[in-house]
Amino acid sequence: MSSIQEKQQVLIDDFDFLEEWMDKYSHIIEMGKSMATLSEDEKEEDLLVKGCQSKVWLKAEKNGDHVIFKADADAIIAKGIVAMLIDVFSDQPAKEVAQADLDFLDKMGLKDHLSPTRANGLMSMITQMKYYALVFAG
Amino acid sequence: MAYNVQDIRAQFPILNQKIHGHPLVYLDNAATSQKPLVVINAISDYYLNYNANVHRGVHTLSQRATDGMESVREQVRAHINAKEAAEIIFTRGITDSINTIAFGLSSIVSKGQNVVITEMEHHSNIVPWQMLCERTGAELRYFPVNAHGELVVDQIDTIIDKDTAVVSFNHISNALGTINPVQLLLKKAQSVGAWTLVDGAQSGPHAMVDVQEWDVDFFTLSSHKMYGPTGLGILYGKRERLEALPPYQGGGEMIATVTMKESSYAGIPHKFEAGTPHIEGIIGFGAALTFVNELGIENIAAHESELLAYAVEQCSSIEGFRIIGDSLNKASVLSFVVDGTHSYDLGVLLDQQGVAIRTGQHCTQPIMDAFCVSGTARASFALYNTKEEIDLFKAALVKAVNMLK
Repeated sequence: MSSIQEKQQVLIDDFDFLEEWMDKYSHIIEMGKSMATLSEDEKEEDLLVKGCQSKVWLKAEKNGDHVIFKADADAIIAKGIVAMLIDVFSDQPAKEVAQADLDFLDKMGLKDHLSPTRANGLMSMITQMKYYALVFAG
Repeated sequence: MAYNVQDIRAQFPILNQKIHGHPLVYLDNAATSQKPLVVINAISDYYLNYNANVHRGVHTLSQRATDGMESVREQVRAHINAKEAAEIIFTRGITDSINTIAFGLSSIVSKGQNVVITEMEHHSNIVPWQMLCERTGAELRYFPVNAHGELVVDQIDTIIDKDTAVVSFNHISNALGTINPVQLLLKKAQSVGAWTLVDGAQSGPHAMVDVQEWDVDFFTLSSHKMYGPTGLGILYGKRERLEALPPYQGGGEMIATVTMKESSYAGIPHKFEAGTPHIEGIIGFGAALTFVNELGIENIAAHESELLAYAVEQCSSIEGFRIIGDSLNKASVLSFVVDGTHSYDLGVLLDQQGVAIRTGQHCTQPIMDAFCVSGTARASFALYNTKEEIDLFKAALVKAVNMLK
């Protein structure tokens, strides 16, 4: 099991390898398409992440001291971004998720690249994930 | 004079730039239009040569600034054929204009009466009326929209009735581009003695309006959608209607006398212009109006219709492409969805290719709900857009759709 840090590095390397932003977006979109999604029943109103322009549902479950995230989104780029976060955070110790340093988003250039409203959406997703982790880490 | 789009583009240096390595294709004109050099220069000229507060000073600069501002009031009067310049109020925008009227009607509209709008209004022509209805107990009614994005007016005689106090609607829909049957609605509203307001946000840059021919009580325009500066709206009102309303805000310029006990108000237009006005905006808007009128609104509208028809023809071959609002009577707005894609994703991927469009609900949630879509992508055309840009838009859209599907 790779650590949060190692997982972040894989994403940074994958992103670095792609020079054009259109290719980076293709990569995000593919991650979105291949992510396990929520069933219609699971998409409850209170799972919606506030502050996203498109609809993003985020669900967290406790598995021992680990936290498992599942998500879905109605727009595919948002889905790809949440898929990246899940890749990094899901099935990791809740305590580590709550304390994780998220420099990978800066290193990927993603935060700078997104418009302020979309960057806010991204931050909302991260805040929500960390919040769940914090609760589970108790 | 032939319509030479390349000469026109030379007036808009902002268009000549690259976004993410691609030439900018600006198709978000229904949100705001770009500004020609004549407007930018008029604003600079004001600050370089005659910046001063208006109406107050006896000194020369103040007089020049006042003259500049008042000559624009006259220019606007002529543009919409109002009877007198005093019927032209400078506001902060259309939202401000509509709120001014809806607030003013608070003690005129009462419980048992109704206010009529349409399902395709911008939030700024919905919320002020909902607030008025909350204050007064009046009922809010609306004309629904059919599958083509046109108003359903079969029920006009039951929607507008003897208890209708206000009828307010847009001339052209920002979300769909539909041109509404203004005179039909106004005639009915006038026959029951209702106050009438037409929101000209989208029609300002595309259509000539004669307020006396319409006999409308209020008509409002947005400077920044007409190649002028942001932060300025125009509110036309018939003298007797404006005089019947209380002022919306209190402050400087709108008063006749002030004592520590009470104040008396100035006459129109000043009664509705509290505080220092947006002087440079007004001066810039004057230059924008001159620019538009020299080109001729009919010529501009013809150019934009051609672009719209070309865009529809080009995009129709894209699998899953659906126009939202396909009325035959439309102005320069192409609102669409591509089945199997989300409008936000289209917007992001088009931006990566230099194409600026609007995505989402366009501040018109009710009409999005009526069409059962979470939002649309909207390309809107202006006097400087070209067919070559539509080709770039289409190519970018095809690429985006292929990536997303």
